[in-house]
Amino acid sequence: MNFTVVVYAAPYSSEAATSALNFTKALLEQGHQIYRLFFFSDGVHNANRLAVLPKGEVNLQQQWDSLIRTNDLESVVCVTSAIKRGILNEPEAERHDLKPASMYESSEISGLGQLIDAALNSHRVVNFG
Amino acid sequence: MANQMQKDENQKILTFVSRTAPYGSNRPQLCLDAALAAAVFGQDVNLVFLGDGVLQLIKDQAPQAISSKPLSSTLETLDLYGIKNIYIDQDSMTKNHLLAEDLLLDGRSAGKEVLSELFDNSAAVFNL
Repeated sequence: MNFTVVVYAAPYSSEAATSALNFTKALLEQGHQIYRLFFFSDGVHNANRLAVLPKGEVNLQQQWDSLIRTNDLESVVCVTSAIKRGILNEPEAERHDLKPASMYESSEISGLGQLIDAALNSHRVVNFG
Repeated sequence: MANQMQKDENQKILTFVSRTAPYGSNRPQLCLDAALAAAVFGQDVNLVFLGDGVLQLIKDQAPQAISSKPLSSTLETLDLYGIKNIYIDQDSMTKNHLLAEDLLLDGRSAGKEVLSELFDNSAAVFNL
């Protein structure tokens, strides 16, 4: 089956983002396809590449980035949610004259239209957070 | 972007369930934003107010007092965007001692059976 995973929750403050990551891994292990990951609201913090974790703690953002790159997943971060939380990729950072960019390049910044498109083209949409 | 927006032959039923009280979190606004985006992209949208979500619909709110933007301005645009299928959970109304005349918009009063059929018939359900 073909899934869209929507993440509303920031990492670390609740279990939701970790559950979303584990769920996505399980889907891939079982041979399902991911149509798109969509990070919305506080979920955009999962794409922050500037997170520094204490020794022995899991860097969830790095795990998402590695999962996305390893499996060549399509990952979209909601632009409105992202830029007001200081999550900017290179083009957005330049547009707003802010350096450095805070977002992993494995995700792209786009709008809610990508969420609706994903809902239309997936067999299942699963929400976390 | 690899996946361009699909055209209208791909029109589906998308249901948005708003279940949190206004102003305490950004969830009611997120739900409305996502539902409006679905309407803009020509989808068949259902909007359901369930649980504390019905509190969003109470008339004459004055959230300016807590530096919040009134939800009513967005709720009143739903009709303009063609979102006409609005369902309000009857149990949640009763639990909150609300009557239809307390609300700022007209919706269909719905029970569990109606809602469960609605979810069954939807291509996707968003819970916010």
